[in-house]
Amino acid sequence: MSELIIDSVWKEYGDQIVLENVSLTVASRAFVALVGPSGCGKSTFLRMLLGQERPTRGTILLDGEPLPAEPGPDRGVVFQRYSVFPHLTVLGNVLLGKELMASKYKAKLFGQARRSAIDEARQLITEVGLSGAETKYPAQLSGGMQQRLALAQALIMKPKVLLLDEPFGALDPGIRAEIHTLMKRLWNETQMTVVMVTHDMREAFTLATRVVAFERPRDRPEEKERYGATITRDISIWPPRRAGELSYFSPDRDGPVVLQGPRRDDPSSSPSGDR
Amino acid sequence: MRWINTRPNRGAQLALMLLPFVLLVAAYAAGSAARLAENANDKLLPGLTGFADAVNRLAFLPDARTGDYLLWSDTAASLIRLFAGLGISTATALLIGMAIGMLPYLRALLAPFVAAVSMVPPLALLPLLFIVMGLGEASKIALITIGVAPTMIRDLALKVLELPREQIVKAETLGGSSWQIALRVVLPQILPRLLTCVRLQLGPAWLFLIAAEAISSDSGLGYRIFLVRRYLSMDVIFPYVVWITLLAVLTNFVVDRIRIAVFPWSELEKQG
Repeated sequence: MSELIIDSVWKEYGDQIVLENVSLTVASRAFVALVGPSGCGKSTFLRMLLGQERPTRGTILLDGEPLPAEPGPDRGVVFQRYSVFPHLTVLGNVLLGKELMASKYKAKLFGQARRSAIDEARQLITEVGLSGAETKYPAQLSGGMQQRLALAQALIMKPKVLLLDEPFGALDPGIRAEIHTLMKRLWNETQMTVVMVTHDMREAFTLATRVVAFERPRDRPEEKERYGATITRDISIWPPRRAGELSYFSPDRDGPVVLQGPRRDDPSSSPSGDR
Repeated sequence: MRWINTRPNRGAQLALMLLPFVLLVAAYAAGSAARLAENANDKLLPGLTGFADAVNRLAFLPDARTGDYLLWSDTAASLIRLFAGLGISTATALLIGMAIGMLPYLRALLAPFVAAVSMVPPLALLPLLFIVMGLGEASKIALITIGVAPTMIRDLALKVLELPREQIVKAETLGGSSWQIALRVVLPQILPRLLTCVRLQLGPAWLFLIAAEAISSDSGLGYRIFLVRRYLSMDVIFPYVVWITLLAVLTNFVVDRIRIAVFPWSELEKQG
């Protein structure tokens, strides 16, 4: 279970109020999309869920426990950029989480433990459609492939919550559609709750079970500093989507997706893969 | 076509690369010939045969007094000092630079101090070093270290701070502790920069080495240059200068090759 309860959270930087009185309960295994105009504090909100920043007032509970004050392995993240490590190969990137968890001082695995970790990592790499690219460095991958890698890297930790900060914003539409399919499948197959910040309404409504809009109710220049953004709309998708269940009404739309045919940013089929 | 869009082909590139060197040698040869025509014993700009003699004497004939082959014993003495100094600086820079870059407490403690220390002119400390550490190797190596390390520390600390915050946060979500993140995320990304940093500090390191050798030494490339200066032996000084330059250029090249061989991704990033 991984229920998030955000209770009347405020975030202020000095005099500037960014978020005011945000309360939200995210059910376990939900997929929440946060939308809203630029600069309305969506990303700040996500960083608070991540533990990178702390709320000025209010509490955030994960499974009834207050959120630790720093990022940890229970909350995975994919950023728009810089989510993967440029000095590690695809395999090394996915393996890193395993190594950090298992080996406290050397942060490296050897022998049997390493082999089994590699097996697990390879499986995940195949799952996100990167098989064949294990020995490549991120600089040799296209943007879409890098984000797939970032997903695999986060998923190997089996996080309770996956936080996505405009993860697909920099991808072109075709590749974005493919990675949406992947995202939907991963959400259906794993046990995690997903919170995603996005600018793309279509993306929000395609993927999420619930779309939450942040807005500044008072946005006149002279009011901007003293009034923060808050949740103005909270839309549950209907008919409801549930992780891992075929939708009774539109199985096509929400069912666990089966991939067919090669994808555009597959390393095996894409000319840009060898860039 | 605009000038910014015109590119030399391979042959032209090679020719252009060699041109300044050829011009320099030609200018020297012309000047030397002119002076030697006036006075066959001129010492200031000796001819190429003069150089050949001197190089032969220093490199391939044992010294009458010590029995050493002077060029090689000088080179060995200088390089040991240089690499000892650079090695100590590199290790210090790596340790302190990473600490300053990663740990806010140590940054608050050390960053302003290192910034201030790096502004002390190292040569002004040379007399002090000779007094405190004696005239032996230690004071020379210390001068190189003092001259080079603060800049390297600052460069590396900046480089650590430039790593995207997202990467560090990502490593935290993968369960990394401070130590693990230092070892697996920061260190490997800093090492290529460290090698580049060593390359950039080669010039200053040679400067401090020669300054130290000029004042007090009994061997070394800098020592020899300042020794034969008394006899106006330009036939020795010029080859020594060329040799030092060659050694520095070679080190620079080798260190960069090592970076590309050991950290292939750092070259990919540059292109990407």
